[in-house]
Formats: sequence, structure tokens, C-alpha cells
Amino acid sequence: MYVYDDYDQRIINERVTQFQDQMNRYLDGKIPEEEFLPLRLQNGIYIQRYAPMLRVAVPYGMLNSQQLRALAEVARDYDRGYAHVSTRQNFQFNWPKLEECPEILAKLAQVQMHAVQTSGNCIRNTTTDEYAGVVAEELVDPRPYCEVIRQWSTFHPEFAFLPRKFKIAVNAVPDADRAATRMHDVSVQIVRNEAGELGYRVFAGGGLGRTPILSSVVREFLPEKDLLTYLDAIIRVYNQFGRRDNKYKARIKILVKALGVERFSEMVEAEWAHLKDGEGKLTQAELDRLKSFFTEPEYKTLAANPTSYSDALANDTAFARWVERNVRTHKKAGYAIATFALKQKGTAPGDITDRQLFAIADLADKYSFGEARTTHQQNIVLADIEQEKLYDLWKEAKALGLATPTLGLLTDMICCPGGDFCALANAKSLPVAEALQNAFDDLDYLHDLGEIDLNISGCMNACGHHHIGNIGILGVDKKGEEFYQVSLGGASGEDASVGKILGPSFARDRMVDIVRIILDVYVAERIEGESFIETFRRVGMAPFKTAAYPAPATA
Amino acid sequence: MTQIILDKQIAQDDWVLVADDATLSGNKEVINFSRWNSAVDTDKADLIAKRDAGTLGIQLNAGDTADLLAQDSQGFALINVDFPKFADGRGYSAARLLRERYGFSGQLRAVGDVLFDQLFFMMRCGFNAMAMREDQDLELAVKGFETFSAPYQGDVNDARPLFRRRG
Repeated sequence: MYVYDDYDQRIINERVTQFQDQMNRYLDGKIPEEEFLPLRLQNGIYIQRYAPMLRVAVPYGMLNSQQLRALAEVARDYDRGYAHVSTRQNFQFNWPKLEECPEILAKLAQVQMHAVQTSGNCIRNTTTDEYAGVVAEELVDPRPYCEVIRQWSTFHPEFAFLPRKFKIAVNAVPDADRAATRMHDVSVQIVRNEAGELGYRVFAGGGLGRTPILSSVVREFLPEKDLLTYLDAIIRVYNQFGRRDNKYKARIKILVKALGVERFSEMVEAEWAHLKDGEGKLTQAELDRLKSFFTEPEYKTLAANPTSYSDALANDTAFARWVERNVRTHKKAGYAIATFALKQKGTAPGDITDRQLFAIADLADKYSFGEARTTHQQNIVLADIEQEKLYDLWKEAKALGLATPTLGLLTDMICCPGGDFCALANAKSLPVAEALQNAFDDLDYLHDLGEIDLNISGCMNACGHHHIGNIGILGVDKKGEEFYQVSLGGASGEDASVGKILGPSFARDRMVDIVRIILDVYVAERIEGESFIETFRRVGMAPFKTAAYPAPATA
Repeated sequence: MTQIILDKQIAQDDWVLVADDATLSGNKEVINFSRWNSAVDTDKADLIAKRDAGTLGIQLNAGDTADLLAQDSQGFALINVDFPKFADGRGYSAARLLRERYGFSGQLRAVGDVLFDQLFFMMRCGFNAMAMREDQDLELAVKGFETFSAPYQGDVNDARPLFRRRG
């Protein structure tokens, strides 16, 4: 993975000094609350319901074991013994003391981590496929391009005060989209043109929130070296013409929709014409330099599916079940990709203890070249495990409570922190997640249901991605009471779609019943082998609606 | 006379922003862009003469994008860019465009809700003057230009991004 040089380290160190100074001025009363707000936001600090929340950037989800240990130490020494993996692949701490945040950031800077632009109306952490670099299907490794974007976006002088937050995602797999890229302000699909040259299909104007929209194509093919000048052009158009009068209409998706994507593209192209051959154009030397950080680790030459592995699969059904759900095919024979689902019963989705973090660091060192990844589904991946050692890994993970065999199943849900922590939320989301975890804990049943994305957000800001859940649950406020609106048919993959609302919202204590009714309709309607989303797309909303809202008996 | 920051030092301000209906004198005066833009015939000729004499400045307000002024900017001795709120970042793009695209080389001044923690970004986008909000400490502010020593991106002062400067 990328390693800082003196320049990168100096920039992050100078940031820590700057923020310490800003914090001191704030604590001395020299910066009023209102003006401190954007400063702390740009350092990842929200003021939550009970305490500040610190969001630490995990650039495109990559972590080394040293960084995992530093995060574990922060959880142990400055928080209440746990941390939270967010849907932007970042780490969040829910209970740090405000005045200790600069100290935490200084500590993290020592392991090349920061909280720069993890919130506020600026360019946020770039995300990508959690299997980057280890799957055969990808065109190229997307991470060097993510790092290009990270450096360009860090303290960009022109774009620190955009109309609204701005999220970029990169994908390099032709037929899959694990990074939900079409839901981003800008998405970059790495492609080859007919001449075989590497470049990008650029999309803009996607987003969730109040107005969920999938992004549209702005340019079919952008040459490899033109990435940054093109992003400059897009965001310069947005910075000048995006709405600033209403925060709910300020995302780039609203601008693209208002202008129409053709007009928006024309404006971007006109702007880009001035920039494309300037100094901002990427150089081959820089691309080569960044690619050199993402070369393959020292893989052994191994045979696929060694006997000891096949034996373990045959003899231990619990292990086999975990492999079936949580292990993916690696591009190298004899290796595998393993995911720890952070979705255990009794803990909030994405939560992880300091002890588990230390242990994952050790497992990464022992089994996976010292690296790990976070995912936007709030899980953690070890990407380079020898198949021969999977059984040992599983046993260790199981002892740590990290081997729940439910990846992609109903209980592998995405959930925001909701009204238990977040000051913006209309309703709590975690108790709904917990009730569902408890009600649907039969592994046979979960495996029989197969892949279902269930996503829960505590408010319209949609941090829990409810619009793109096959089953989406949105907390709403009805005259001071917490209710939940259900949507069906959302999807986040290559065939992404936004869910449709089932009908009037439900009280919290009905949510388990409603989900059960929806699942029963699916089970009754499905044709052999059909997933939930496939069945929904075939039969439509009607049977679900009928079951969820039975007509009152007539006299 | 109020104090501003000019070329990273505290300086006296000798410009005055005048109301749209004010009669102009021979002093250094700044008019709103809208007045310039709507002036015709002899009014426009008078403004051009004053501009060419070096005593007319112009102010871009919220929503006035740099392309509206474009190459016309070159004759002005001063352009103000107003920041109605510190969180309104349109002025950063306006500044870069005036400097990098439209060849403006006079005094480019940030006015309005201009606070200490924005100065470094403003300088990089081409502002060489800042009229800071009244409550700001100018002595402290002039130190704000040293926050970062080697930024990643190219900017108005050095068009080369770090990847073209990295040793």
C-alpha cells in the first residue's frame, strides 16, 4: 500500500499543528462556536448527541497492522473500548473528549493516518472495491488512482468550501460494482477504449439523501493522464453554479438534474478545455510512482484447493458454511479473500472492540502480509490468505467472535448510528437492527433466504444507504414519535436501483413482523434459485403490499 | 482609514466601496459589478476613463462569476471578491479564474466574511489582499500564510502540482 514520503508526512504533521492551534483558540474563546464548526468538521469532528464523534479517514479502505493497532489504542485509551466502521470505509470514535482530539490526531499521524476532510462541505474520502488488487476480473488495480485523487483533494485550495459534501468512488471491475459508485457525486469507472488505452468513464450527479439519484455519464472516455484536470473542471462548475440557498438542494446531483446532463457536460468540457494540457495533467512518472506502491506481495506458488483445505471443508460444516459465505476467490491459485462480518448479535453493525482490532492486526501479520481493508458494508477483509491456512484463521477468528458466517445475508445489514448517537437522526436505528439480529438468528433460515441487503438509516441523510437496500428501512419522526418507512427493490451493484416505498410507516415494535411478512412473500413467490431482488423485480410491489397492509375485514 | 492585509503585511486601505447611486469622484473608488455591467453610453465611457486612470475598482458579489468580467478585468487596479459567508466558497474559483485565465494582475482582494483560517487557501487562489472581518486579529492573521509548506496541488503562485515538484 501507499507509504508516505517526507512531503506527505510534513503535510499531515502541519495539519495537526494547525488544528491544535485552532483548538487552543477555540478553547480560549477566540473562535466562536459557529466559526469553529467548519474547522472541526474538516478535521472529522462532529458534535453528537452525547459527545463529539471523531471520524478518521481510511483512504479507500486500506489499513496496515500498525495502523490497526493505533486505532485499537485510540479506542482503548480515548474511547470506551470500541470503534465503528462507517459506510465510507472510515473509522469512527463515538466518545473522545473534544480537547483530546488534536492529541489523537497527532498519534495517528505517526502511523500515516489523519481525519482530513472526513466531514464538512469538501471532497471526502475516496472509496473503491474492497477486493481491489486481488480479484482476476478487475481491469487494473484501482488504488493508485484513488491515491492520485487523495493527494489532489487534500487541502485543495479552491474546493474547501463547496455547496455541500462531495464524494468520489472508483471502480475497475467491468461487471460488478462493490463500491456503490453510482450513488456518488462523481464516479470513475476505469475502462479501456477500442484502441486498448486505459482511461475512465466519468459519471456525475449520483447521491442518496432526500433525493436519491443514480449518476449519469458525463464523458464516455477520458484518457488516463487527464483524471485530475477533469475532476477540477467538474468541481469548478459545481463550486460556481451549485445551489447554496438550500442545503437539501446543494448536492451536485441537483445541479446536474436542473441543467440536464448534456448541458452540464458541455459546461464541464468547456472548462476542461482550458485545463487539460496544463500543469495539472498527470505525468507518466507520477502514475508509475503510485503504481509501484501497489505491486503484488510475495505470493508463493501454490496449488489450488490443497488436500488439507478440502478435508477441513468436508469435516467441519461450520467452517464450510463460513467459507461458503465469507470467503471469495482470489486471483492467485491457492489464495483466498476472507471477510470478517462485524455483525454479531448484540453489537451495532460495524462496531469493533479494541481487543478485536489488536487481534485483527495480529491475524493480518500472521496470515495476510500485514494488511486489511474496511468495506462500505461495514466489515473487515483480509485479502491474501493461503487456502491451506484458512481453517486456522477461521478458528482464531471464531474465538474472537469474528467468524459469523453471514456475509451478504439478511443480518449482514448496513446501519447508521442513528438516534442513539447522531444529533441529526429522526429515529433510532440500532434497536431495529438489534431486534432483527435477534429475531433472525437461525443460520439455516438465513442461508436459505440467500443474499439480501437490508439497510437502515435513522434519517433522510441516508448514511445507512436505505435507498439501495433490497429492503430499506428509514426512521421518520411522526409528531415526536419514531416510525419506520420501508422500501423495497433497491440495489447497489452493477444493476443499481433506488427502492420504492412500500406504504405508510410502522411503529418500531412492528418492524420484526413486517420484515418477516416481506420475507414470507419472497419465499412463497420465489422460483428456485431466485434471489430476493430478482423475485421482487419479477413480481413487483403488489404481493408485498397486500401482505403488509391487509384490507380491513368488511362488515 | 481601515487596515487590510496586502502582500502578507498589514497595510492602510485607500479604497472606498461606493453605493450604486453615488456620484464618483477622482478618488480611488470601488463599484459593484452590477453597476459596471448595466452602464451604457456616456456612463460607461466615464467608468472606462476612470478605470484607465487607475482609480476605479470593481467588486464581484455573490453569484457574479469571473467569466462575466473576463478580459475586461485586466484594466482594473483593484478587484474585490465578496465572501458573504465564510462557508461560501465561490470566491475561490472566481479568484483563480481572474488570475489564471483572464490575466488580471492588479490587486485582488477578498472582502466580507474573511477569517484567519481561510487566508492560506485565499493566497493560493490568487488573492494578494484581504479586508478581514472587523473582529479578526490582523497581527495573528499575517502568520496564517505559513500553515503548510508544500501543498499537493498547483495553484496561482506555482502552477506545478507536487508531483511535478517532488524531488
